[in-house]
Amino acid sequence: MADLTSTFAGIKSPNPFWLASAPPTDKAYNVERAFNAGWGGVVWKTLGEDPPIVNVSSRYGGLDINGQRMAGFTNIELITDRPLEVNLREIAQVKRNWPDRALVVSLMVPCEEQSWKRILAQVENTGADGVELNFGCPHGMSERGMGSAVGQVPDYVEMVTRWCKEHTRMPVIVKLTPNVTNILGPARAARRGDADGVSLINTVSSIISVDLDRMAPTPTVDGKGTHGGYCGPAVKPIALHMVAEIARDPDCTGLPLSGIGGIATWRDAAEFMALGASTVQVCTAAMHYGFKIVEDMIDGLSNWMDEKGYASPRDFVGKAVPNVTDWQYLNMNYKIIARIDQRSCIQCGLCHIACEDTAHQAIAALRVDGKRRYEVIDAECVGCNLCYHVCPVPGCISMVEVDTGQPVVDWNHDPRNPRRLPVSERG
Amino acid sequence: MKRNAAIAAGRLQPPDYVKNFDEAKPPLEPHQALVDAGRCLFCYDAPCIEACPTGIDIPSFIRKIGTGNLKGAAVDILSENIMGGMCARVCPTEVLCEQACVRNASEGKPVRIGLLQRHATDWLLSRGVQPFRRAVPSGRRVGVVGAGPAGLSCAHRLAMLGHDSVVFEARSKAAGLNEYGVAAYKTPHGFAQREVDFILAVGGIEVRAGRALGRDVTLQELRREFDAVFLGLGLAGTKTLGVPGEALSGVEDAVTYIERLRQTPDLATLAVGRRVVAIGGGNTAIDIAVQAKRLGAEDVTIVYRRGADAMSATGHEQEFAQTNGVRIKHWAQPVRLIAEAGQLIAAEFEYTRLDTTGRPVGTGELFSLEADQVFKAIGQVLVADPLRSGDRQVLEMQGGKIAVDAERHTSLPGVWAGGDCTAGADLTVQAVQDGKVAAHAIDRWLRAGAR
Repeated sequence: MADLTSTFAGIKSPNPFWLASAPPTDKAYNVERAFNAGWGGVVWKTLGEDPPIVNVSSRYGGLDINGQRMAGFTNIELITDRPLEVNLREIAQVKRNWPDRALVVSLMVPCEEQSWKRILAQVENTGADGVELNFGCPHGMSERGMGSAVGQVPDYVEMVTRWCKEHTRMPVIVKLTPNVTNILGPARAARRGDADGVSLINTVSSIISVDLDRMAPTPTVDGKGTHGGYCGPAVKPIALHMVAEIARDPDCTGLPLSGIGGIATWRDAAEFMALGASTVQVCTAAMHYGFKIVEDMIDGLSNWMDEKGYASPRDFVGKAVPNVTDWQYLNMNYKIIARIDQRSCIQCGLCHIACEDTAHQAIAALRVDGKRRYEVIDAECVGCNLCYHVCPVPGCISMVEVDTGQPVVDWNHDPRNPRRLPVSERG
Repeated sequence: MKRNAAIAAGRLQPPDYVKNFDEAKPPLEPHQALVDAGRCLFCYDAPCIEACPTGIDIPSFIRKIGTGNLKGAAVDILSENIMGGMCARVCPTEVLCEQACVRNASEGKPVRIGLLQRHATDWLLSRGVQPFRRAVPSGRRVGVVGAGPAGLSCAHRLAMLGHDSVVFEARSKAAGLNEYGVAAYKTPHGFAQREVDFILAVGGIEVRAGRALGRDVTLQELRREFDAVFLGLGLAGTKTLGVPGEALSGVEDAVTYIERLRQTPDLATLAVGRRVVAIGGGNTAIDIAVQAKRLGAEDVTIVYRRGADAMSATGHEQEFAQTNGVRIKHWAQPVRLIAEAGQLIAAEFEYTRLDTTGRPVGTGELFSLEADQVFKAIGQVLVADPLRSGDRQVLEMQGGKIAVDAERHTSLPGVWAGGDCTAGADLTVQAVQDGKVAAHAIDRWLRAGAR
């Protein structure tokens, strides 16, 4: 059986599944329950300076898609609203109770060196394994010059990271905000500041829905709403991309990554890990279903690793990174076309209408002896995959490779590219 | 020891009558409707639309339910089928739209189209929304015979096309079998009349109740008085068993009993046997058997002369009867009904099998079932006498029913027909479609100046 022991930023945990800094890690009671359920680590909900912040009532909003609850999720909560001393005492106690689990403390204080220095010393005394700098929170705190207000300015990221590295022996993890045009800016800044690792993504600035009766965004607080932090399954693709960009960036080579964003299953986790994340952090899925989901995450990942012959996460972490490339390097002569398995086709016609109305008119709607039959017109099919994705029957439509007899050629060298590179520069 | 009366009223406690004759199939809760709507794949060239006799755009109305546009959903349904509310309750969806649903192939379970249709139409009717408007009056008037689904559908569509109509109804209430024939638990709480009110509210439709064709008005008079005529008669006659004892007290036509049941203000006044036998293989046999059971009959048996597959009651209906404690005995035909001291005590049957031509024939082996009440449910026939002129049949007939073409036009110029009095499936939804198709044909005919 695979050994799931994972190490991120020098911090060891029995498995790669951590809980992200958020309501599930707000106090000892929750964290104890999480560790009992099997979570490998937690990032304690962000501590700040006293007096504690005050939250509003009505804090979460959900995006339901076709009956799927919380496909996306948003919050307008701030950092911990409990006194610093209470949190520190509980952190110390929990770490003593669970020495084998990772316990990292998320921090957010004003952008002044003394503030960081002061709180770092206090956290160090708890025996915590590391700190995560919350440079990501996009609401409430950012308006006070903290959270994403820092994370969006690479110079600030570098500066605060450097302060922290100077004032603590603990590993320093920088949590990145996705609310930037290029994630490499803050990621490289964290690297320059000597961060031990980065975790991403924090939540995405969003208005999750508008209440059309109250004419106000949700969640609605006494008739008004504000932008919140978007998370849940819907943000996973954004997070995967950002993780991959850092993983393949030469300036960030070797920078440990912790993947966050819509992770709900072992499969999600494995995808982040394949793109270079050595651990992952989960929040929304736990808030949706409770801590028990980690059982399948551990079990499923382990079974999948056994099946693939991976003895340790080290064996596959980052394995997909070399295959992430820029569009210009894709093989222009690769061709696939759709195949419909007529035996499993249920004649819903979705492939036809999708292709007919919005793509390449490559699926014919026929009637054979009065019965509906949908057939791919090979000559028209460009292999876009749309039909494959709209088909409701798994395995009914497959995309099969067609041998074009053409050599591998990318766009830089494609004869159809008027600005193609000379043959001599062919790689 | 007191002997139970063979046939008696008031077998149940009052709350049991309420429970037994309330909605057999409850409507969907809003969240259930959303979940079911989510299962619809929004098929292109959807097979369900083709399977619906009225051609309702089912994927569209279901999508509208999913987006919370219940009014739009209801209008989609009612535009094709003005009795979409009743059809949602009585259609054998398992052999129509839901049988065609592609989800059967992928998951063995269709989208519950009937219940979704009910969800949308109930929403509209319960809010008193009137989405239809009568067109500018054309000055043309159409005489309609029968205020059942065919006649009302025709009249409503004519109103929307601008033509007034007068509907002649033999009975005291409109709605036809919806009011007098459908099993009570399928359409409780006066729904049939609420639907009639909704249909008539469009305007331009006058219902003359208690006016029967052949008795109070003749076809010739209608043709003279109106610009066009639509015949939407019901089937007034019933088939007889043709066996000894048929006239005994305790032997009754199922449709007569059901009509009484539907009209009684107090179900406890209905006398029902302890041991009841229903003869026949259609929905009427199922309906009478289940309702007898629900009135307190102890043993109820349906006897049919062919196998389960040949029953015109769907498998779903047969199962419904069986889960209500009704036994279905196949392959037997009645031989005689037996009385003792003038009181029906048993029905004797002969086992049957198919002969080489596929007809059921008796095997000569007999058995009898104890019975103090026997219901005949072996079919209804069109009583064509009212259509005659003197002793001459003026309409071309086909298989005992009025012959019509694809536009529901009869052999008589200016006379259309639809519903049970014409050939085709004896379904509410088919009758509604007949009325609708005929109304459009009448409209074209009137506007072409043919009259």
